[in-house]
Formats: sequence, structure tokens, C-alpha cells
Amino acid sequence: MAVSAVLGPKLPDLQYLKRLARDQLVHLLESSPGRKDLVIDPDLMTPLDRIAGASLLKQHGVDKIFKLDRTKIHGGCDQLVYLVRSKLTTTKLIADQITADIRDNRKRKYKIIMTPRRLQVCDMVLEHEGVFGLVSIEELHLDLIPLDRDLLSMELPQFFRDYFLHGDQTWLASIAKSLVNIQSLFGPIPNVYGQGRCAKMVADMVDMMMSELGERQSPVGCEIGHLFLIDRDVDYVTPLCTQVTYEGLLDDIFGIKSGSVEFGPDVTGTDKSIKIMLSGEDEVFRAIRDRHFSNVFGFLSAKAKELQTSYDKRHNLKSVQDMKQFVSEELSNLKKQHKALTLHIGACETITKNKSRGDFEEQMRTEHGLLEGVDVRECINFIEESINRQHSRTEVLRLLCMLSSTQGGLPSKDYKSLKTQFLQSYGTEHLLTLHNLKKLGLFVEQQAQDATANKLADKMAAKLTDGMASLQLQLQLPKKSQFRAVSRKLNLIPKSAENFELRNPNDMAYVFSGAYAPLSCKLIEQVLQREGWTGVEDIAKLLPGDNFVHLKAKSAKGKASGSNPDSDKIVLVYFLGGCSYTEVSALRFLGKQKGYRFLVATTALTNGGRLIESVSGWK
Amino acid sequence: MAHVTGDWNPLGQVFYRKQEIYSMGWRDIDLDKFVVAAAPYGGPIALIRDETKLVRVQGSIRPVIYIYTSSGREISSIRWNSGHVIHLGWSCSEELLCVQEDGSVLVYDIFGQFKRTFSMGTEAKEMKVRDCRIFNSHQGTGLAVMTSSYRIFMVNNVDEPRIRRMADVPGLDAPPSSWVVISQDRQSRVLLARENDLYLLDHGGQYSRQLAPVSQQVEAYTEMAVSFNNKYLALFTNTGLLWIGSSDLERAYCEFDTKCPQRPKQLAWCGTGAIVGYWENILLMVGPGKDYVKYNVDSTVHLSHLSHLSHLSIVPQVWYRCYSRLLGEHTADSGPREGLCKVVWCGTGAIVGYWENILLMVGPGKDYVKYNVDSTVHLVPELDGLRILSNYSHEFLHKVPNGSIEPGAMLYEASREFQNGSPKADEYIRMIQDRLQVAVDQCIQAAGCEHEPTTQRMLLRAASFGKCFLSDMNPEPFVRMCRMLRVLNSVRDFTIGIPLSCAQLEQLSMPVLTDRLVLRRQYPLAIRICQYLKMPDAEGVSRILAHWACYKVQQTPRDDVTRPQLLEYEPKSAEQVPLLMKMGRDQLALAKAVDSGDTDLVYTVVMHLKEKLTLGDFLMTIRNLPTAQSLYLQYCKEQNREMLQDLYYQEDNFQESANCRVMDSYNETRMDERLRALQQAQEAYTKARNEFAAKVTEEQVRLLKYQMRLEEELKRPYLDLSLHDTISQLTTEGNHKLAEQLRKEFKVPDKRFWWLKIQALAEGSDWAELDRFAKSKKSPIGYEPFIDVCLKHQNRYEANKYVGRIADPAKVKAYIKIGNLEQAAETAMQQRSEEDLNLVLSKCTSSHRVLAEKISTMKAQLSSKK
Repeated sequence: MAVSAVLGPKLPDLQYLKRLARDQLVHLLESSPGRKDLVIDPDLMTPLDRIAGASLLKQHGVDKIFKLDRTKIHGGCDQLVYLVRSKLTTTKLIADQITADIRDNRKRKYKIIMTPRRLQVCDMVLEHEGVFGLVSIEELHLDLIPLDRDLLSMELPQFFRDYFLHGDQTWLASIAKSLVNIQSLFGPIPNVYGQGRCAKMVADMVDMMMSELGERQSPVGCEIGHLFLIDRDVDYVTPLCTQVTYEGLLDDIFGIKSGSVEFGPDVTGTDKSIKIMLSGEDEVFRAIRDRHFSNVFGFLSAKAKELQTSYDKRHNLKSVQDMKQFVSEELSNLKKQHKALTLHIGACETITKNKSRGDFEEQMRTEHGLLEGVDVRECINFIEESINRQHSRTEVLRLLCMLSSTQGGLPSKDYKSLKTQFLQSYGTEHLLTLHNLKKLGLFVEQQAQDATANKLADKMAAKLTDGMASLQLQLQLPKKSQFRAVSRKLNLIPKSAENFELRNPNDMAYVFSGAYAPLSCKLIEQVLQREGWTGVEDIAKLLPGDNFVHLKAKSAKGKASGSNPDSDKIVLVYFLGGCSYTEVSALRFLGKQKGYRFLVATTALTNGGRLIESVSGWK
Repeated sequence: MAHVTGDWNPLGQVFYRKQEIYSMGWRDIDLDKFVVAAAPYGGPIALIRDETKLVRVQGSIRPVIYIYTSSGREISSIRWNSGHVIHLGWSCSEELLCVQEDGSVLVYDIFGQFKRTFSMGTEAKEMKVRDCRIFNSHQGTGLAVMTSSYRIFMVNNVDEPRIRRMADVPGLDAPPSSWVVISQDRQSRVLLARENDLYLLDHGGQYSRQLAPVSQQVEAYTEMAVSFNNKYLALFTNTGLLWIGSSDLERAYCEFDTKCPQRPKQLAWCGTGAIVGYWENILLMVGPGKDYVKYNVDSTVHLSHLSHLSHLSIVPQVWYRCYSRLLGEHTADSGPREGLCKVVWCGTGAIVGYWENILLMVGPGKDYVKYNVDSTVHLVPELDGLRILSNYSHEFLHKVPNGSIEPGAMLYEASREFQNGSPKADEYIRMIQDRLQVAVDQCIQAAGCEHEPTTQRMLLRAASFGKCFLSDMNPEPFVRMCRMLRVLNSVRDFTIGIPLSCAQLEQLSMPVLTDRLVLRRQYPLAIRICQYLKMPDAEGVSRILAHWACYKVQQTPRDDVTRPQLLEYEPKSAEQVPLLMKMGRDQLALAKAVDSGDTDLVYTVVMHLKEKLTLGDFLMTIRNLPTAQSLYLQYCKEQNREMLQDLYYQEDNFQESANCRVMDSYNETRMDERLRALQQAQEAYTKARNEFAAKVTEEQVRLLKYQMRLEEELKRPYLDLSLHDTISQLTTEGNHKLAEQLRKEFKVPDKRFWWLKIQALAEGSDWAELDRFAKSKKSPIGYEPFIDVCLKHQNRYEANKYVGRIADPAKVKAYIKIGNLEQAAETAMQQRSEEDLNLVLSKCTSSHRVLAEKISTMKAQLSSKK
């Protein structure tokens, strides 16, 4: 498309990854000849859609497709292929199904395909259950799945819980592997930046794996110039905020699964639901996905008028030749756009309805208040009222976490009272949820001296530019309570939220109605601009985990031969623990502003709700 | 000059020479009393006492297998304590194969270390093996045994023994006269002679009778030999006739009458042109065209003399003289007088028959050479010749490279004269001027055939001298030969004892040679060769070092220091950790696994430890490594909750222990268990000094009990509702008293209670109660919520009731909410708020035209009053 040319440097073709995964899957299916039934891990259902459709599976001998759950599989062929995430629970389910078959005296062949890799511990569960000898186990290296031209996801939402909550490093190897794969496809990435403990571990593992592969010169030149690894705990605030870009709202309200969204009857206007793939290939969607919601409807109506005129052209067609051309070339395109337009307009209506419910505005006001640190007392009252009125539990937790993250914890009295109220409202079992959130540092109590130190830090940071003084301060303060200071240093809060230009934005903060620019993205901007952490050390010190940088391009003057001249402008940002659509939009905006093209990779796409749900103790 | 050709023997058109390569380093070995097995390519020699010969046994009666290098240095000995060995042989990878009577084959390396064993099948075991052949098959080294029932079983590759039974020979009820394995066209067949009938057997159960290739009447074929390349065959008949032909029996090259009817001891091919027979003190070599050479071998001293001779300083005249002299000698001696002991092919060029003290070499063209030997010898066929092993020496009989050697010889002479400073050099050079290129090549080739370094040097010097006169000489062959010779000389050294020839090395290839050196633990030499030949590290030096390291480590079986030290150099943890576990270095393995960040590895070690250690030790071990511990906790969470509690207890982690109990409590179905779990949780929270959580759990216990009571009384489900929901449900159901009780019991804050109650009442459409409640006292949350809940349930009428109670500033909005725009306008007017008026106006649609006008008037009034 012409658009991509306008956007600047060309992105590497991510579809290769998809093809690789698909070929591998086909190979695995074909390696057990004959008809077979496929049992799929529910977690893999939608990601698999991205790789291989049902027809492809059928082509390669798959008869029926089941979802893996507690029920026994009745009927079907005498060959079962399980496609699962390598997890203890799923392995146990498989073992149970096989045991049930044995009890029923049913003889079948079993093959388990584990993704992203086979785990010893799963073998042990099978052994423990006494079925290890009956199954053959294979690996499917399904790591990063391309969801769009610039978006890759491991579709591994449990990573956030496993790593950040339980400190389980099982998936790190797979993440590192995914980066090795990327580099073997698109060439080694010369410049690597990172922030966070997990980022550091992954970077080290990638180095190790690359060195194990040896110094083999990769046949492809280097197509990606920079890699930025960032832990989710560096910036919890951004994903906690309510999203107001179009794609973000679609995710918050309809839930985007592996890049697809299902619109219910209220959107489609018929009695059927429609599932569509959201991607940059869709011209209408490409134009509106990153816009602030207030700026979407106008575009859609203009587009509708434009379409109308295009349709109207048919009245003015002079010759049969013109008619033929119109029908063959323009009409189908128009129809496609028409269909997309109808759906997006429908979606907008639903979103508007959602936003106009009573307390939406108040909620937004609260969020902005929290971000700016003004009228915090009122915000607490609003949250308390929400608890009392039994608003959605996840929403309430999201606000609580936001409150704690932005204010550096809650004063002891508020903390206790909010907790009590919360448990009374939603049940004592959520004691565990609150405990988990505390463990993550998302919902914590201010230590007494912290509270004062915090105030002091605020004041001093405002007044002092002296590095030494702020350094001393940081030593006294726990790292998690630094949102205020970071926000000031990175200019996350624009001076005036009023009269903010949302239509033709010139500030990244437009993604949150001009109230706040995502911390993660601003940090990336700063580091890329400086090609390292020099000059932003004082900010980095306020963030959890360590930072690092490996620059290779600098040492060798000029570019390596065969490398894409645009590569220096291509940046791969890898969010460890998930990223939100708003962050993707913000990075796209940053790219347009500074001439970069961002590729976003993440362990999963997340939003406030999913982030909170994933660490709920009650599961 | 004549002496240089002293060891040359013409056999038809070609020359054979026998040169001593070693005088044997062993002492007091009488080959006569031993069964000898020597590996080809200058490999090791295995000896075992021949039990068919009566000897005085000294010491142990257990037989001993001795393994020597080709130079007679003992490598190792095996004290044999297994069954009766009937045959010894070597595989192509220099493993010693000991075939026992019961059909089992024991495999040893050259250091006498047992490697593995396999059997030739149950029939061989029951019937006993009486004879055995080891041969080169297309897959490696093959082995065939004949049982006492005259059935033959064969494996094509001793590394992967798959036993095949060969076809039976009809009517074979006595030992066959002779048999041999011919391996051709990717198939191994047996050629077997029953008296004068020849049968070719394959493993498909087919046999075919072969036509007798011999022209005269014979009674039996008593000995057979196949050449190294399996292409030629020699048959020896009981009439003393030696037949030489192709191995498919299609073509006969010659028939030679040895005039000796006895079965030969050994018959061996020498290259592809001659066969050597062995009689007492005489070696006879027969070549094409019935030419033959006879050697009188009286003493070892004499033989070592011969080895100094060079063959290239021959001039045609001398050559001829030598030839006729030897011919004359043959006529003087009328051939072998005694029984042929053995017939062996000498390479693929000649066959050598070995009788008591006489070696007879016969070529395909009926030529023959006879050598006398003074003691028992053993013949080892090689691809380009034959090694003759005797008590005191080790000789190599091989064909001299054919073609005219004249220019080479001239060049050699020229070089020698040049070094002596004689102008004759120029003369010689002029004589061969137009054939100089050939001369140089010949000198290089000749050097390759030489065993003696001084001679090699002289020949190479000659080649280099000749090169000076050539302008466009390719230096590559010269350089390559120099390199090769250096390598050959170093491995031929007495201490190493691998007497390889140039042709053999080329066939064997350099990597195999280094492998063989590694096998002999000659690591430094192997490395130096690799470095000298600039082999890539991966297949050269590094590989040898790895072998060396393995050997070193195995040397000291209890060496707990070196092995882990070596492992330190393994960069891949995935490789390192399992090995460490194997060594029993579990702690280290665990630490390494943790460092690698690969949890799968950690799991592997943790589970291994759990199996191995007692529970207490296991827990103590993992507690030092938080990563390992947290992983194990994860595993326990899914698989073993009892263990989980134990772990938490050990760690004094009361917080997690309590959390876990809370979780358990919700998974329990029985009420008393649930309460018990919660009480345990409460205790644990107290221990963890988490007063808040302790209090909450305590309240939960109370709530549960309360809910149980409610369920009993009201016969409705209340369990698992939150406090809020419980009160809410009671209120909806009209049980206000109970609700109030709960509220007091759990100290529900006012605001919450009000929110709860009005929502619940509206839910139950209990409008009267709602009204009563509103009037009961002043609402702590204002009255908008009342309107909201009414509107939520589409009850505008009820909503209207509460508008009056709303505080002034919010009143206008409340009126708008319930849709009473007129009242809203009125109120706004009363409050003199232009802003509110505008708000109301903005809500007016086309149906409110009257009202809109009214508001406009009001606004005008307001502004005028200002």
C-alpha cells in the first residue's frame, strides 16, 4: 500500500513467523499418519486460528476438534493429538482422559504436542499418573504470533502471573528463544536496551543462545536496528488506565482475542454475532484504530459520505466500458469498506452508550485526578462509594491499584478501611487477591516514614535539580513509590489538559485525552533519543530493576554490509508481562513523530481488567 | 649399484620386493605355537596359544591373549577366563573379536578392555562352532561361523549383528574341503568346496553349484583365498595345483602346479598381480606368464640387509641381469618340496601360498616367486601387498610401481652426481631432458614407496633437483608427498608401530589414521599430525583433546575433582546439569540449573533429589536456593498440598501457609472441614502478625456460622455470599430484623448500609419500605441514590417522591433526571442560576417548544434583574 511508503522505513515481513509455525504444525500432524482427532487447549484456541484454520487442519488428517476440559472424549477416532500449553494443569487433564480411556478399555494412540516447548515437569506428571509410556510427546515452537504488520504476541497471558507474582522463570527461555528466532530470520539486532530484572535475564539468555548457535553469519542482513526490552512492572500505571483510543476501547469493551473481536447483535444490528480480524489491512480500521475516541465518529461519517459519492458514480457511468471497470475494480472494494464501516459505526454506538452511563465521567475524573495527584481524597471517596455500590469488582480493584501505584501506596488508615470494605462487599476469599496485589506492589500500604518522605521527595524533586540530593533521596525510598517523581521528570502530565488538541495531536498524551502520556513509551523515547541511559540515569534509578544497554553498531563505523539501510529506524519493543493497545498506539504515534517504525512484541496484549483478573487469588 | 635391486624380484612384467619393516620387539615368541590374528593396515597383532599343538604349559592353565603392535611391542594382555576361543580376528575399527566355541563373540579394544558381546544364535550355541571367517563386507567387518552341523551363520557388520543363516549344502555330512566368504555387490556369499564340487551360498536360502574352473581332474579344493578387494580368487587343489581367477569364477588367469599336494597353511594375495606360497625356508612368488621369483631366506640378518636396498638406481642393464639371475636360480631349484601351509593373497596382485618354511607367490599369469623362510611365518594380506610376520622380523612384500622407471633412475643418478660435484650430473639430465617431468613424478612416487627415511630424502632431493629444470611444474604433488611421508614415518616409528604404506594411508584417509592413534592413546602425536596438516580444529585437535579428556577422566574412576572441573567448560547448562547429576554432584547440578535460568532443568534436578534424598534432607537442600524452592512450591500447589503445608511450616512462612488454608477452605465441601481450615488460617495469620487478615478470617468464620444458621431457619441458600450480599439478600426478602442484626454484628458502616439497603429494597420493589427508610433518618449518602434506584427500576413515580429532599444545588439535575423539565426550569429560576437554565434548555427537544420559550423568558428576566 502507498500508505506504508509514506510512513517511512519498511517493516520486516512478520508473516514468515506464521509460515514457520504453520509448517511445523503440519509436519507434526503428518508425522502421525491417518485420521486423528485434535484436542486443543482452550488457551490456544484463538492463537491457533491465527496460524492455521480448521480447513488446513482437516487437510492434514484432523477429523474432529475438541476443546480440552474435564470431560471424557467419547467417540472419535483411535488417534488423539493433544495440542496444549506445557502446564501442569493441562497435562493432568490429559492424563485423566487417558486413564478414563484405559478404564473403558479403549485403545487409542496418543500424541501430545506441547508449545512453546516440552517441559520435564510435564513428563513427570504423566509418569506420576502412569501414562507416560502410552504417549508420544512433541514440541511445537509456537512463540511470537504475528497479529498485525507491526504487532507480535506470545499469547501467553499467564506469564504475568507466573513470573511477576510467583517468580516462576519457566517461560523466560521461550521468550529468549523467540528473540533468537526473530534474529535468525531478520538478522542480528545490533542495539539492545532494557529495563527490569526479567529484561536483563532474557537479554543474557539470548546472548547465550546466540553464542551457542555459533558465529555463523546469518544469511540475511540486519533488518531491525534496535531492541528495547521492558518489564511490565516498570510501568503498571499505563495499563491500569481506562483506554480511550478506538482500539483500546474495543479491547476494554468487547475484548480483543488474538487480534480478533466479536461484535454482538447490538453492534451488527442483526441477530447474529460477527467475528472480524482487526488489522492494518482494513483501510477503515487503519485510519481510526489509534485515534482518540472523540475523533472517530467524525471520521466515520465523513468516510460514509465519501463512500456514498463513490457509489453515486455509478449513475454517471457513460459507457459499458466504464460500467465494467466500476463493477470489477471499485465495487468490491467499496462493498468491503461499506461492511467495515457499518460494523465500526455500530461499535462506536455501543461504546458511546457505555461511556454515557452515569459515573463514567466521574470515573475518568478520578483517574485523571490520581494521575495528576490532585483531589486524592475525593478520588478515595469515589472508590469507596464504588465498593459500597458493588460496582464491578475488577473495575474497583483497578482503581485501587491505580490509587496505590500513583500515590506510592496508601496511608495505613485508608488502606485498612478500603480493604475491609472491599472484602465485605465481594467476599473474604479476595483476601488472597489483595495479598497477591500487595506482593506485586500494586496495592500497598505506605510506611509511616514513607508518607512523609514521599511528600518531602515531591517537594525536593520539584525544587532541586541537584543530582546528589535526589540520589540521597532515592536511597531512602522504596522504588515503587516513585510515580510522582518519574512523571515529573518525563513530563508525563501535559501542562494543560484543557484545550488539548485531540484531533491533530502533537503530544503522545492524546492517547489518554491529554491527561497523561504512557510512562513506558516516554521512557523508550528518551532512551532511543540518547542511544542509551546516559542523561536519564536519575529516572532509571526510580524504576524497578536495573537497566542495561549493548550497542554494537557504534563500534563499527558505518553499517554492516548487507544490512537494510532503514534498519536503524526499525525498533522492536518487547513488553515482558503484556502491553496495552494504547501503548501500541502511542508507539505508532512516536514513530510518526520521530521517523521510527516500531515493531511491538509482547507476551500478551493486556488491559487493566485482564491484568487484575490474571492475578486474582481466587482461581 | 647392483645391491640396490637386491630385494627386487620380477614376476612376469612387474617387480615385487620384500623389505623388512621391523625386527620384532617381542622375545621368546614362537609363532608356531600361537594362533595369530593381525589386523590389516598395519594394525595390532593378537596371539593366543594354539591348543592343537602340544606345549609345556608354564604357570596358569588359563590361556592368555597377547596384543602387540606391528613392531612387536606389547600393548596389553587379556587373561582369558571365558569359554574356548576358536578364532581371533580384528574388525575394521581395530576391535579384537574373540569367537568362542559356543557362538558368542566377545569384543575387546586394543587395550584388552571388554567392550561388548553378541551371539551367533542359538543353533551355533547348541551345535558348537567349528570354524570361523572374518571378512570385509560392504557394511564393515563381517563374521561367518560354521557349526559342527556344517551350517553357516553370518553377520555382515559386527557393530550391528544381524544373524543370517546361509543356504544348506545338500548332502554335506563331513567338514567341507574349504570355504571362504566373498563379499561383492553389497552381498556376502559363501564359496564352499565339498571335495571337487563348488557351491555358492547366499543368505536367501539359495545355493548354486559352480562349474569346476580347473582344467585338469581334481579331487578336492583344499584351500581358498580371496584378494583384499574381493575381486580375485585363488584355489588350491589336493593335486598341488594353484588356480588363480576372478572371484565370480568366470575368468581364470592361470593355473600353476606347485607339485605339492598338501593343504597349504596360508595362501595370500600380494597386491593384484601375484600370489605367495610359503614353504620351509623358501618364499616363492609367481607372476603372470609363469615367471617366478624364489627367495632363499636363511636368516633374519640377511633379510634386514635387503631392506636397505633402493630399487631406483637400477639401469636397464642391471635390471636384466638381476632378472636372468633369479630365473636361473629357479631352474636350479625344482619348486616346493613340502606341503603348502597357507595360501594368502598378497594385496590384489598376487597370491601367496604358505607351506612349512616355503612361501610361494603366484601371479594371475602363472608367474611365481618362491621365498624360503627359516621359521614359522604368518601372512597378513594388505590392499597393496602382504606382510610377512615371523618370530624375529616383520616384512612387507609388495609390487614395485610399474611403468618404465628409467628416467626416474637417471634423475636419481644425476642428483647424486650433482651432490658429489661431478659434471656427470649434466650428462644424465641431458639424457632425460624431454622426459624430465615423468622423471620427477617417478622420484616422488618412488619416495612414497620407500620405508627408509634416508632413501626417501635422497629421492625427494632428486625430484626437487629435477624440478629446477622445469618451468611450469605443479608443486602440489611434491609438497603433498613430503607431508604424507612425514606422517607415515612418524607412525611407522617402532614405538608407534603402524607400518602403513602410502597407498594404504590414502585408502584409510587421514582422519581414520588420527582415530587409530587416538585408539592407541597416542594423543600428542595425533595432535601434532593434525596441526601439521592444518586440519580444522573441530575434526582435528579439539576432537582429539576431547578423547584425551575422556580417557583422563576414565583413568581415575573416583576422580571427583577433574570431572566437574572439565564440566565447568561446558557452556550449555542443558548438557552440564544431567552430567553433574550422573556424577552425584547434586548440589552443584542444582546451583548450575538455577543459574541457567532454565526452570525445566531446575525441575529435573529437584525431582531427582526428591527421589534420592530423605524428605528432611531434600527440604534442607532446596531451601538454600529460592528459585528451586519456589518452583517446587509451584509443583506442590498442583500436585501435593500436604507437602506444601510442610514446606511453609519449615520456612515459618505463616502468611503463605494461611493463604493456602484459605484456598483449601473454599475447595472443601464439608462444612466442618471448611471451618477448621479457616480456623487454621486464622492461627497462621496471627503467627504471621497479620492482624488484619486474622480478623477478617475470624469474621468469615462467624459469617459462615451465621449463614449456616440462616440456611437452616429460612431454607434458602446463603453460603458463600459475601457479607454485603447476605445482608442485601435478607433485605430483598424482607428479613429486615436479621439484616439489622448482621449489620450490628459486623459493624457495617452507615454509608455502605444505606447504599446496600436502598439497592436491595428497589431490587425487591419494596417501595413502601424504601419510603419508610428514607424517612427514618437523614441519609448519609444524600437522596440522589434513591432517585437513581427508582429510575433503574423504571419507577418514575416513586422517584418523584425524593426530589424534594434533595439539597438545592443538585435539585435541578434531579428534576432533569426524572424527566420533569418544567419543574427543573422552575427550580433553576428560583435559584437564579442561569447555568442551570441553560442546562435545562439544552435538554429541550422539539416537543418542548413551549418550555424552551419560557426558559428564554426566564433567562431574560434574570439578566435584567442583574
